Amino acid sequence: MSLLHWAILSPFLLAIIIPLMYKYAKRVHTGWFVLWLPLVLFIYFISKVTKISNGTTIRETVQWIPSLNINFDVVIDGLSLLFALLITGIGSLVVLYSIFYLSKKKEKLHNFYVYLLLFMGAMLGVVLSDNLIVLYTFWEFTSLSSFLLIGYWYHRERSRYGAQKSMLITVFGGLSMLGGIVLLYVMGGTFSIRELIAQAGTLINHDLFIAAAILILLGAFTKSAQFPFHIWLPDAMEAPTPVSAYLHSATMVKAGLYLVARLSPLFAAEGIWLWLVAGIGLLTLVWGSFSAIRQTDLKGILAFSTVSQLGLIMSLLGLGAAALHYPIDDNIYIATTVAAVFHLINHATFKGSLFMVVGIVDHETGTRDIRKLGGLMSLMPITFTIAVIGAFSMAGLPPFNGFLSKEMFFTGMLSVLTLDIFNFETWGVLFPVFAWIASVFTFTYSMIIVFKTFTGKLQPEKLEKKPHEAPVGMLISPIILAVLVVVFGLFPNLLTDSIILPAASAILGDAMPADYHIHISMWHGFQPELFMTIGVVLLGIILYKTWPKWKVVYKPFTEKWSFNSLYNNGLKYMEYGSNKLAVNTMTGSIRNYLLYIFFFLIVSLGFTLFWKDAFSISLDNTAPIGFYELVLAVIISIGAISILFVKSRLTSIIVLGSVGYTVSLFFVLFRAPDLALTQLVIETVSTALFLLCFYHLPENFRKEERIRFKLTNFMISLGVGVVVTLIALSASSTKLFDSISQYYVDTTYTEAGGQNMVNVILVDYRGLDTMFEITVLGLAALGIYGMIKLRLTKQGGKKANENK
Amino acid sequence: MEILMAVVIGILFMCATYLMLSKSILRIIIGTGLLSHGAHLLILTMGGLKRGAVPLLGEHADSYVDPLPQALILTAIVISFGVTSYFLVLAYRTYQELGTDNMDLLRGNESNE
Repeated sequence: MSLLHWAILSPFLLAIIIPLMYKYAKRVHTGWFVLWLPLVLFIYFISKVTKISNGTTIRETVQWIPSLNINFDVVIDGLSLLFALLITGIGSLVVLYSIFYLSKKKEKLHNFYVYLLLFMGAMLGVVLSDNLIVLYTFWEFTSLSSFLLIGYWYHRERSRYGAQKSMLITVFGGLSMLGGIVLLYVMGGTFSIRELIAQAGTLINHDLFIAAAILILLGAFTKSAQFPFHIWLPDAMEAPTPVSAYLHSATMVKAGLYLVARLSPLFAAEGIWLWLVAGIGLLTLVWGSFSAIRQTDLKGILAFSTVSQLGLIMSLLGLGAAALHYPIDDNIYIATTVAAVFHLINHATFKGSLFMVVGIVDHETGTRDIRKLGGLMSLMPITFTIAVIGAFSMAGLPPFNGFLSKEMFFTGMLSVLTLDIFNFETWGVLFPVFAWIASVFTFTYSMIIVFKTFTGKLQPEKLEKKPHEAPVGMLISPIILAVLVVVFGLFPNLLTDSIILPAASAILGDAMPADYHIHISMWHGFQPELFMTIGVVLLGIILYKTWPKWKVVYKPFTEKWSFNSLYNNGLKYMEYGSNKLAVNTMTGSIRNYLLYIFFFLIVSLGFTLFWKDAFSISLDNTAPIGFYELVLAVIISIGAISILFVKSRLTSIIVLGSVGYTVSLFFVLFRAPDLALTQLVIETVSTALFLLCFYHLPENFRKEERIRFKLTNFMISLGVGVVVTLIALSASSTKLFDSISQYYVDTTYTEAGGQNMVNVILVDYRGLDTMFEITVLGLAALGIYGMIKLRLTKQGGKKANENK
Repeated sequence: MEILMAVVIGILFMCATYLMLSKSILRIIIGTGLLSHGAHLLILTMGGLKRGAVPLLGEHADSYVDPLPQALILTAIVISFGVTSYFLVLAYRTYQELGTDNMDLLRGNESNE
């Protein structure tokens, strides 16, 4: 185990100790015991930056299940490092924030930090694993810990609903992804991502390639809340705000982006991948930004905004993968990938700070509803400043980092116009248009977040608490993030060489020239992108000002026609349907079950008989029909059939007895004296038992009636009879080999010293059968004795006395 | 002869199935009785009919009928008798405790356990 492995596992190990800390160090907020770990990890990963930016990759391996090719392989390259830094960096800030956000007295802190550490370790595992099965394991761990964190306040119904919804959707995606991973293994013979990418050229011709791509995309889309799987994210806002900031904006929802970026070199050769990633991303962007405006809950707005920003990054990744198709030095799609990475960092900074701001507002006023909020600017100046920085960056205004990545985003979308593969020339023109519209919506809701909350009139009567500035500790984390937003905005090239370009080259692999360099600058001349931004701002301001007037466009999108109701009704009808199915098939009536069994018997046997062409009938080698046998056959048939028609049960018992005696006569004719004797005795005893049973029939149920004729019953019985006859005929007509009985005939006397072959077989050659047959009889006798004597009832045996 | 026996066995199976699909417990048990008769005859028929003398060495015959199916049937008869008698007593107790022999009324569901 290398240090790197311990780094991934350390959060899990700490999670074991945390409950003890909570129990035995009650005076100190448990969060302080957690805080050091992400900090140490962050510094550890920072120390790797120089090595990675020189183009090396660090790989370590530990054997886990080598016989199945599953090993705990860990690889750090630019992309993994970027994610690891995000996870540990934002993780530290979130833990710090949560120390002041969650009350020491009221909350179950040990649960919270155990879940959070579990999540942190799992997320590190996802981004650092090279083995797909290990990645999947950690992937499901993130789903699980997210479920636990969303349901943290488990006494609230909305929390439980949100947790269940996110669990169902992400696990559905996770399982699809597992399917995709297995298909990749079938094709490539390895679970290692690097080895699979090395085989990309041959894998693309495989039949399963597209299926694997779609299954893996399902996993990525559900995790990253892409359209139409975005519905779980707004409901996940029931989690405590630090969780929303960490999981549902900065890290977990980016796991899908990570997966797409990671596997791009493998799948990008396929047109479907490009279209799905770029197209769904764009659709998510537009739909998310459009839906965000109508929310009234601040966290709801941020949830939809996260959805739309994730869509933005996804579409950039999709178009960036086109770089693999144009092996030229001055490749504009490389810049698109760089934009995706850059926006990924930017989004983590400004969205993290915005969530923390919302948490502060919620914490200090008691509500997150923008209809109740307003006029907090003078009361909470620092929070207001952070909110302005975050929201303006999200809207794409200079001088913040969001402006830069938005410009690069426009450049990327405009470059679609020059794309001439996979029919992008037909519908590709829609990309920049949609992107621009979505940016207008983004601008509008960013303004709503800031100005509806902090400006306007204060409504103290609607607030639960008297609003005031947050404690310093709570402000530290959002201030750090806001400072980063500004710093990255003013000095965008701070990270390019060390982090962004290594990450982009990890995504693109060989398609990226080694000496590629990009200079991100605030001012790039009068390009179309600049005019697009000016248009966004102008139209955005108009939309914001006239917002109450054009609210009507949301009228058609009622709750009834939303994806949520599709999900809810889907669940409802699935439950209803399976319940209906169970009630209809499992009636509790034995007749129905027998019908199913017999029907299946007829169908399977009959079908096999004719499908295999097994039916045959041959007259040679059959014994001649004698007169006595014919008479007995007629008697037994008449007897059996007449049981069906007689009215009285007594008669039918007697007729059954006659059938039994006829069988023993058959045994006589077919030369089986022992059988005839046994049959005779046993038939007599059975008939006596039947009569006993009949005698004890309750008086009022003794009303005799014929069996009512039912066509289904008749058809099924006829089928059973016919199938049995056919099989008997076929079996007796085809003898594959001689009987082994000649041996018994030869040795019964010499070996066993008996002359009655049947009896010698029963007690000598095959004595075990007889022993257990005796056991069966013994058990039956004991059972009968028990049933008659043992009469415990629910009343504890009282009834037994009454019955005596 | 085997063909005739196959038809007879088919009839026994058919009647047994029809009885087992009826409502009354007694008729269901009668059905199982018929079914076991059918099965025993089936084993005997499959072993071949009338190919020699009774399987007793004292007969001094050239050939004997196959003794093995007879041993199997003997075991089967005894076991089916054991099971049938157990069922019958079960039915008898059911009448005593529940006062009905109608299978439609003997249904359990979650509301009455």
